[in-house]
Amino acid sequence: MSNINKRDFRQKINTYKRNPVSLILALLVILSAVITAGILLFLIGYILVKGIPNLSLDLFAWEYTTKNVSMTPAIINTIIMTLLSLLISVPLGVGSAIYLVEYARRGNKLVAVVRITAETLSGIPSIVYGLFGFLLFVVACGWNYSILAGAMTLAIMVLPLIMRTTEEALKSVPDSYREGSFGLGAGRLRTVIRIVLPPAIPGILAGVILSIGRIVGETAALIFTAGTVAKAPKGLMSSGRTLAVHMYALLSEGLYTKQAYATALVLLVAVIGINAISNFAAKKLTKE
Amino acid sequence: MDKFSINNLELYYGDFKALKGINLQIPANEITAFIGPSGCGKSTLLKSLNRMNDLVEGCTITGQVLLDGEDIYGDMDINLLRKKVGMVFQKPNPFPMSVYDNIAFGPRTHGIRSKALLDDIVEKSLQDAAIWEEVKDRLKRSALGLSGGQQQRICIARALAVQPDALLMDEPTSALDPISTSKIEDLVTELKNNYTIIIVTHNMQQAARISDKTAFFLLGEIVEFGETENLFSTPQDKRTEDYITGRFG
Repeated sequence: MSNINKRDFRQKINTYKRNPVSLILALLVILSAVITAGILLFLIGYILVKGIPNLSLDLFAWEYTTKNVSMTPAIINTIIMTLLSLLISVPLGVGSAIYLVEYARRGNKLVAVVRITAETLSGIPSIVYGLFGFLLFVVACGWNYSILAGAMTLAIMVLPLIMRTTEEALKSVPDSYREGSFGLGAGRLRTVIRIVLPPAIPGILAGVILSIGRIVGETAALIFTAGTVAKAPKGLMSSGRTLAVHMYALLSEGLYTKQAYATALVLLVAVIGINAISNFAAKKLTKE
Repeated sequence: MDKFSINNLELYYGDFKALKGINLQIPANEITAFIGPSGCGKSTLLKSLNRMNDLVEGCTITGQVLLDGEDIYGDMDINLLRKKVGMVFQKPNPFPMSVYDNIAFGPRTHGIRSKALLDDIVEKSLQDAAIWEEVKDRLKRSALGLSGGQQQRICIARALAVQPDALLMDEPTSALDPISTSKIEDLVTELKNNYTIIIVTHNMQQAARISDKTAFFLLGEIVEFGETENLFSTPQDKRTEDYITGRFG
């Protein structure tokens, strides 16, 4: 049996003959899609091609020296920086979103203030965060260039992102769940924790993933706050460069372009890996 | 003995007066039906009985509602009130968790931790809601996988699990097919031996079939309240007669 609702090529051509503009438009949108995908694939391919030959075990040596620009300290710094920033920003962001969606009454002045502040914050270029972090944490607090100063700066930077995504996630939980919970005599706290938050977790996680992406990829805000020391940190108060900063430093010195490609490869794989893991986690969580 | 005693209740949504001078005595262990056209205030009154209107922005209430002689808008703890006065909503709204956890949510909220006790409560509630046989083998699976009619009985079981005195039902069958509807109606008739039931319905046959007393609402007022039999056979008010004979609404 032939499929009568599927138009064959000849029929399509006939339609377009009657209406040539739609053919051009169709070609244009297909072209945009192909170009978009193409750029991404080219970028990934280019990094792979340039990066893989330059990967060597030496680049993962424990110590960074001028002879061997190992990225291991930078990887350690990146992990610490990411965890520390999230540790500060996630509770604050999720907490304020819960307040805005679940607790605040409509027309509350504080809500308007928090919303405008968050929106403004998310539009500020990261170099401005860097300057702010430098003046406040590095100079005024006297923390010098340190992991802590960098993490605080990044935490402020991703805070609006986490807050907005959590807000959207909470709003997408149907009110009928809340009514059901209140109707059984559960208070607001129990309703939020047991009924509203669980279905919102995948959405919140999506915000956290985006934030990880920004933290891992950030350079401008870190150069002025965490510094560029290429050593694994002794503590939160020591300076340290993340992978992205490491890449920036290698490139700006002009001597280590090959190693920079290898670093880019590691960064790319890490980001893709994080995305895959958190997608997997989100799916697991929603299935329950 | 009256379960609810509503005295001169008025309710505003902002400037709009949704309920006007409501006086109503609702007897215990009977089924009371609220009927009337859309927007007449019957659901609003229902939600005033367990203070669900408190969640509505800009809602103000004056007057008095007594539950067993105690003022529910006075010193009574609001969560305790909602434990005593359970609610079943128009659209089945099981939580996105297992059947077991759905039923156990209420008892856990009120401090029951013992696994054995929770098991008993879950089984008893599901049996009382006439759905035990259908779900006993899938207690650990999500309640969202059930049909609409089953979900609504899960919601009834969930409400029963906190051992309420009264059950408020807001058009509980309007989203269900006829077979599920008749199951819920049978169940409600069964439940009145142990609970005071107030049911809001758009379906006049349903009110006539299952309720003992009926209140007819129009534009925020109670036009007529009495024995269901009398109200449907010999309505005292012309407007009631017009409504139940289908001349408007």
